[in-house]
This record gives sequence, structure tokens and C-alpha cells, in this order.
Amino acid sequence: MSWLITLFVILPLAAAFLIPVIGKLIKGFQKTITSVVFLFLTVLSLFFLFDGNTEVYSYKIGGWEPVNGVPIAIYFVIDGLTIFMLSIINLIGFFSAFYAISYIRRFTAENNFYTLLCLMVGGMNGVVMTGDLFNLFVFLEIAVIASYALVAFGVEKHELEASFKYQVLGGIASLLILFGIGLIYWKTKTLNIADVSDILKYSNDRSFLLFTQIILIAGFGLKAAMIPFHAWLPDAHSSAPSPISAMLSGVLIKAIGIYCIIRLFFNMFIINHEISLVFIILGSLSMVLGVFLAVGQWDIKRLLAYHSISQMGYVIIGVGIGMMILVNNGNKSVAALAITGGLFHLINHAVFKSLLFLNAGAIEYKTGTRNLKELGGLFAYMPVTYSTSLGASMAISGIPPFNGFFSKLLIIIAAIKGRFYLVAFLAVIVSIITLASFMKFQKFSFFNKSSITEKPKINEVPFPMCFSMIVLAILCLGLSLLIFPGVRETVLTPVVDILMNTTDYSSAIKDI
Amino acid sequence: MKGMSSIVKKTTQLLSGMIFLYGIYIITHGHLTPGGGFAGGTIIAASLIILVLAFGSDELTMVKRKEGSSVTESLAILAFLLFASLALIIGTNIFFHNYLPEGIIGNLISAGVIPLYNILVGIEVAAALFTIILAFIIYKEEISK
Repeated sequence: MSWLITLFVILPLAAAFLIPVIGKLIKGFQKTITSVVFLFLTVLSLFFLFDGNTEVYSYKIGGWEPVNGVPIAIYFVIDGLTIFMLSIINLIGFFSAFYAISYIRRFTAENNFYTLLCLMVGGMNGVVMTGDLFNLFVFLEIAVIASYALVAFGVEKHELEASFKYQVLGGIASLLILFGIGLIYWKTKTLNIADVSDILKYSNDRSFLLFTQIILIAGFGLKAAMIPFHAWLPDAHSSAPSPISAMLSGVLIKAIGIYCIIRLFFNMFIINHEISLVFIILGSLSMVLGVFLAVGQWDIKRLLAYHSISQMGYVIIGVGIGMMILVNNGNKSVAALAITGGLFHLINHAVFKSLLFLNAGAIEYKTGTRNLKELGGLFAYMPVTYSTSLGASMAISGIPPFNGFFSKLLIIIAAIKGRFYLVAFLAVIVSIITLASFMKFQKFSFFNKSSITEKPKINEVPFPMCFSMIVLAILCLGLSLLIFPGVRETVLTPVVDILMNTTDYSSAIKDI
Repeated sequence: MKGMSSIVKKTTQLLSGMIFLYGIYIITHGHLTPGGGFAGGTIIAASLIILVLAFGSDELTMVKRKEGSSVTESLAILAFLLFASLALIIGTNIFFHNYLPEGIIGNLISAGVIPLYNILVGIEVAAALFTIILAFIIYKEEISK
């Protein structure tokens, strides 16, 4: 594999800056190259995912060898978790870009749109690959600054307002993250995650560590939109163009929020009781409050955005329970079950939430409104949108045999086995309320025949949009397979192993 | 946008060339002295911006200039990326590898590829800042109409 992994950063950046130059001369260049690049990267990441190599692999940029055992180069680190995240990012990126071919036609600045999309994906690929704290911050800024611009892409009044709000809160988050990284650098004199982890192992400055951890939780929590930090998410995700909403909700909050939290708190810091308790509490809060805020919404995309907060709560709970059991030296298999559930829910949520946002985009594309009160009776006119959104709704509400059911089941079983009865109870209740709110979405958008007579002629959306939605809907069913032995060992187990054996990451990189 | 008084115009004419040269100096000595591509690029952009502010320009020319500088910016980044990924092809297989001879430390032409990176970053930053300022001026013109 070696140098092939750098393509994940090179190709999106090259595409991003070729578009403003060549896109002016050749018509349709921007659409083609974006889809082709993302498709190629998807294939490459899936190839890495299934080649059966589970070793941690590091790539030194610039070829600088360690001096006296201290790494001085910027490292790209490839392990199970990284490959897992890369596949999600590029897969959803490809479907969003392909969907955008028809959707974005009504906007004027197509070149700018594809440039920013490529930059965002390149930034996220960098974030999940890098093994260096400051490099992580740089890639994170590339991704989020591109997303600020994309949220405001429609330049209507409410879109600019949402983008401004997102920028202010995102700026605060970036500041907190940079401050946290600065504190770590001040204390350890190194930025390499593996090296930092090695030094922190022998550190006994407890108050410093807790302070840094809390600063970083606040920073990355703002990016991941956990509940006390969620204020920007509903506005930003509902105002962006639909393919971008799918990227933001399906990938961005995971790649730069959840991924960074998992990576830093499992593999860099020493796991401890207080932080895992914070995760469980924040996760439960996000899960419960998110769904209660969602159920009363009448704007489709706002409803979906609030559900993102709620579903992210499940992921954080799964990971938090796993961490808590590991700290207390509990049953390792239960901890593995909880972390598997959390990560499984992460990929499931990426698929079904992107699909739901693409469905919302299709409805808006044809009817020009997102208000559920004005919609109705669409099932006869838009069969593809209707059937795919029904699949996604069942997946998010946890109805078997869709993928959401299995990941929620794993989290609930792990919570009961780990004696977190209240959390398990809340997870079940939230799942039921989720079902209720998606029944509302289905009823008011596709059935509810009252308004059917006044509708002008509405037909199905064009082929690229249909194609993306159908493949994602198939994935909603197909990802259930990940739970079965045989497939689970190749995809989910390497990821869980990296997190279960928290110190393996640093020792593997330091040895190379 | 209207220009300023003739005193300002004359002073700008005298100064902007020197500022431009100073920017080039900072960029080319990036690997020897403090500064480098980013700092030098900012100085070059400043020399262009004061010209636009002092002499004024009509909107159409500015839109044309903005497109030009935007393309320059993209080309500079592409060249940077090309130099960085050339190492993958040249046989070392290491991204960002310094594949040119390193020369004698302290000479102007030394340190392999790093001066080239500095020059490209300088062009990129100068073009980007110029584009941003032009975008602001064009926006203000549109608002005041």
C-alpha cells in the first residue's frame, strides 16, 4: 500500500484546484472529475478495508527518520479505524457528488461548489489519516472552512445567518482545540500522537491532564454537536444545499468530531473514569434532548438535523460504556460489544442519514418547499424517493432487518450487560420516539391525500439523484451483513481492537 | 471606484515598486532568513493593493483582474502539489521528499526544493489576498449602486 495512501489527500486537492482553471474552458469538467476522483478513492479505500491486513502502518512525509527514537516527521497512520473512516467519507462523498450533478444545476456557481466539496473531502481524509496533532488541526480547518462557505452557498438571508452562526461557534471550537493542542505541546514537547501517548503514560500531573481533556472535549464536542454545544447544527445542516447537508450530517460531524474524540481519548490520553462518565452523560443528554427537539419540527431538514444530534448520542454512549468497562477492568467482551455497537451505528448513521437528506433534497427539488404542512400525497408521483426514504426511515427507527436495528440492539445489550440499566431504557425510549417522528415525516410528505388535488404535475427526479438514493437504500439493508461472523472479522473487529488495546497504537508506531 | 489625489498617486508610484521588490527578497531568502513564502506573498499583495486603492479602477476591469488572480492562485497551488508529488514518481516514493541537490548551507541556491516551494507559496498568497481585496471592493461597488 505504502505511497498509495497519500492519494487520499493529493487527488481531492488536485481536483479542487484544477476545477477553477479547466472548468472554465471545458463544459461539464467539474462534475466529471469530482465523481471520478471520489469513485476512485472509494474503490481504493474498500480495497484497503478488505485486503485483510490489520497491522498499524505509518508513512513518514518527507522521509524524515526518527532521531534517537523521537519522531520528527509528520506521520500518516493507517490502522483499522482510519481505513473504516476513509471508506465512509469517500463513499458518501461519491454519492453526494453524483447526486449533485442534477441537483446543483439550478445554482449559478457550479465550479465553486465542486471546488469546495473536494476541499472538504480532502480535509477530512487528512484528519483521519494524520498522526500529528498540529497537522490534524490544519486539515480540520481546511474541512470546516470549506463547509462554512458551502452552508452559505445559496446566499439567501437565512443561509447567511446560519453560516455566520456556524462560523462563530466553529471558530470558538477551533480556538479551544488549538489551545488544547498547545497545552499538550507545552507539557510534552512533541506533537506526534504516539509520542505524546508514550510521554503521558509516565505523567502524574492529574489536574493538567483533566483540564486539557475537558478543553478538548469542549472543542471537539462543538464540532460533533453534542447537546450543550449543538446550537449551530440545526441551522447549518438545514440551510446547506441537500448534497452538502448529507455530507455535513453523514460525514463531517463524525470525521472531525467523533473520530478525533475516539482517537485522542483512547489512543493518546490514558482512559479514566471521569472522562468516560462525561461521555456517557453527554451521550445520553444528546440522545434524549435531540429526539425531543426533533419530534416537533415541521421543516424536513431541521427534523433530520435534530435527529443527527440524537443518533450521535448513541455512538457516544456505545464508546463511553466501552471505555467505562475497560477502566473498571470489567468484562472485556462486553466492552468490545459496546464499542462495536457504537462504531457500527456510526457507519449506519452515515448511510441512512445521508440518504434521508438526499430524499429531502429530492422533495425540495420537485416541490420547492420543505415544510411538511404544505406537502402530501407524493408517493404516487415520486416512487423512488418514497421507497428509498421509507427504507431509510425504518433503518433510523431501528426496525429489523435494516442496519439501524442491529447497531442499536448491540448498544442496548451492551448497556444491560454492563449494568447501565437507565441508559438502556433511555435508548429504547428514544428509538420509539424516533419511530414516531419518522412516521410523521412519512405521513405528511408522502400520504395525507388532502393536498393531492392542488399539486401541479410532479414527476420523479432525474437519474443521478435516483441512482444515489437507490444505492444508499440498498446499503441500508446490506450493511446489516456487517453483524454476521465472517464479515464482522474483516471490517469491525480490527477497528475495535485498536480501541480495546489502547496502548498498541503508540507502541506499533514507535517500533516502526 | 474613484482614485485619490495626485500626491497620493505619485507617492504610491514611487513606493509600490520598492515594496514589490522587498516582497520578492523575502520570498527568495525564505530558507535562509526569517520570512518566506507567506510573509513575502503578503507584502507583494500589499504593493498591488495600494496601486488599486490609489488609482481607482472601474468595475469591469476589476472583475477581469479578479478572475485572473483567481486562476493564478489555483495554478500556483497545482504547481506546488506537482512538485510535492513528483517525488512519488521520481523513484523515492516519498511524498514531499527533497529530491534536488542540497548545495552549500547559506547559499541563495541551496536547500533543494524548499526555495521553489517558497516561491510558489508566495505567488499563491499574493494572488489570494489580491483576490479577496478585489472581491470586497467589487461588493462595495455593487452595494453603492
